[in-house]
Amino acid sequence: MAGLGGQGVLTATDIIADVALRAGYDVKKSEIKGMSQRGGSVACDVRFGAEILSPMVPAGEADFLLALEAAQLEPNRHLLRPGGVTLEPSAIDTAQLPQKKMLNVALLGALSARLPMPETAWLESVHAAFDPKYFEANQKAFLLGRASQSKTAESSDP
Amino acid sequence: MDDGNKLLLSGDEAIALAAWHAGVALGTGYPGTPSTEILESFSKLGGRAQWSPNEKVALEVAIGAAFGGARALATMKHVGLNVASDPLFTVAYTGVAGALVIVSADDPGMHSSQNEQDNRRYAVAAGVPMLEPSDSQEAYDFLLAAIEISERWKTPVLLRATTRVCHSYTVVRTHPKRKAPPGAYFVRDVKGRVMVPGNARPAHRRLRRILAEMSDWNEGCALNRVVAGGKALGIITSGISFMHAREAAPEASVLKLGFTHPLPLRKIASFAQSVERCVVIEEGDPYLAEAIRAAGIAVEGKPEMYRFGELDVARVRRILAGDTSTEAAPLPGKPPQLCEGCSYRVVFDSLRRLKCIVAGDIGCYTLGSLPPFEAIDSCVCMGASIGVGLGLRHVLPAEQAARVVSVIGDSTFVHSGISGLVEMAYNPPPGGHVVIILDNGTTAMTGHQENPGTGRNLKHEPTGKVVLEDMARSCGVRRVQVVEPRAGSDAFEQILVEALKSGELAVIIARRPCILIAKELKEYEQREQRCQCEEAGQPCAATV
Repeated sequence: MAGLGGQGVLTATDIIADVALRAGYDVKKSEIKGMSQRGGSVACDVRFGAEILSPMVPAGEADFLLALEAAQLEPNRHLLRPGGVTLEPSAIDTAQLPQKKMLNVALLGALSARLPMPETAWLESVHAAFDPKYFEANQKAFLLGRASQSKTAESSDP
Repeated sequence: MDDGNKLLLSGDEAIALAAWHAGVALGTGYPGTPSTEILESFSKLGGRAQWSPNEKVALEVAIGAAFGGARALATMKHVGLNVASDPLFTVAYTGVAGALVIVSADDPGMHSSQNEQDNRRYAVAAGVPMLEPSDSQEAYDFLLAAIEISERWKTPVLLRATTRVCHSYTVVRTHPKRKAPPGAYFVRDVKGRVMVPGNARPAHRRLRRILAEMSDWNEGCALNRVVAGGKALGIITSGISFMHAREAAPEASVLKLGFTHPLPLRKIASFAQSVERCVVIEEGDPYLAEAIRAAGIAVEGKPEMYRFGELDVARVRRILAGDTSTEAAPLPGKPPQLCEGCSYRVVFDSLRRLKCIVAGDIGCYTLGSLPPFEAIDSCVCMGASIGVGLGLRHVLPAEQAARVVSVIGDSTFVHSGISGLVEMAYNPPPGGHVVIILDNGTTAMTGHQENPGTGRNLKHEPTGKVVLEDMARSCGVRRVQVVEPRAGSDAFEQILVEALKSGELAVIIARRPCILIAKELKEYEQREQRCQCEEAGQPCAATV
């Protein structure tokens, strides 16, 4: 997952890792955040499965590449495997977002439609990750993202 | 992220949790990526943690605690250990009464550092045992092991981690809470602790004897293990490289070293003999390869090109294939920049306009070297701006010398700029000098930690405060001015122009709180006001 400092890459990837852990997978997440608050590129790798070794996704092996800003796709595209899926802001009807900064949660919703973990597990982790008073809005953002993929996911399940 | 006993923790959090479970009495350090979160997590768990002015002081305080029989932890980034190296080399001689673990968080690839030095060299140079974890589970386990080793041999232990261990989240299973450590108590040991030559000479011999004993013990130590595989390829590795190597060559036999100084050379020799080809996979310097070869054990190292930057699965595959062809350069992402609305923008605008020669320092403001400012001409290490500026002033032709300015942040100034200021007053350049202290009231670069200049401790509670302008005056600088740099105001630039013209020694404190913590600062101040009113028994306007 890639974005700019302040867009919520680290929180969103925390949620992915949490959902995967609760589902019983081995999980590793690697982040580079030294300059994350200064608007620079932030990228974070999450891997889960039966046993994970390196915490970094090797080039050409990512199943999904999520970008919170379209310009962050290209510098990270080499990580994606052939046939891997990109999820970017244009996948989301951002006008429908309760708040602009909930794009990260909406992209998680989009991702969730293509992963085996149940919707309730995702929403539990989203609930735990933010101030509960924003949960309703975050849930709306999540479901907006999830709905965006429902048709495409059926036809191209990775 | 707590799933019963199974936690998803960063390496830093795992170290903190182990320190908490082990009853570490005091954690000290100076913020530095990727080590910062260790003390922050330890404090949140309930541990006693404190930021020191710099790493040298942090280690000294931890040494004192360990002399007193307690378990102590000192944390820092790799370059921080340079600052703390003076006490490190001698505490190796004195040893400790309790336990002392020093965490060095190295940054191969320089995600957020000025160099990529490999601190495994320090373990050898100082003569201290070293452990290298590969993930958060080992970060947790090895901290506990480090304390046991420290107490068993009465020696400090270096726990060396790297960015991908510190800042990767992996699954950790914790152990049942251990029995509480013995209480602190001072026992006089003049021969052991007072390092005058007559005591230090036997202490050095004692240290070498202990290292030899530890080396024997390490031959059977469970922190080193063999992952059985084929005979065709054997890999000797440590730290995060173990993970990359396992993934790159699942068929190989692997000797995974966790206790990497002093090395278990007999174990290494017998592993190397058990395979047809034996390759050392390590990030950074060829520390393991050199030591193993020096012991007469035939192993392959990595080609020199892989000394630079981090390793990953792809690079390990290349090393194993002997591939030295040019690697694809990573595509540049968006570089960070000074925040919109950052008051330092005003300062760098002026420095650029006035064509100053700027000796810079370490912090957010190093971003002043990037466009549109391009207003920093050097950045060496914490505190170097003042000394480097003075050196330039001493030798440059008058026209250039008159434009030299040192720029240093508030936390960096307290860390190691104060001695530079003393140098300025003691050996003033003939044309004077100008030091700008950028005071945003926080250690912003590493994530807004407190420092002695903020008057708040690690937990953001009020404590003694170093007043920077008083400090400058007490060093003997007469021209000390405080100004708030504001967009649209030329107050800062006027003061700078006058200081440059004066030919005197000048300190300009450009003071305005970091915009990223405006909200937090307000909360801290209200809390402090409440505390003061409560002390005075008065009703408080700040009470919410």
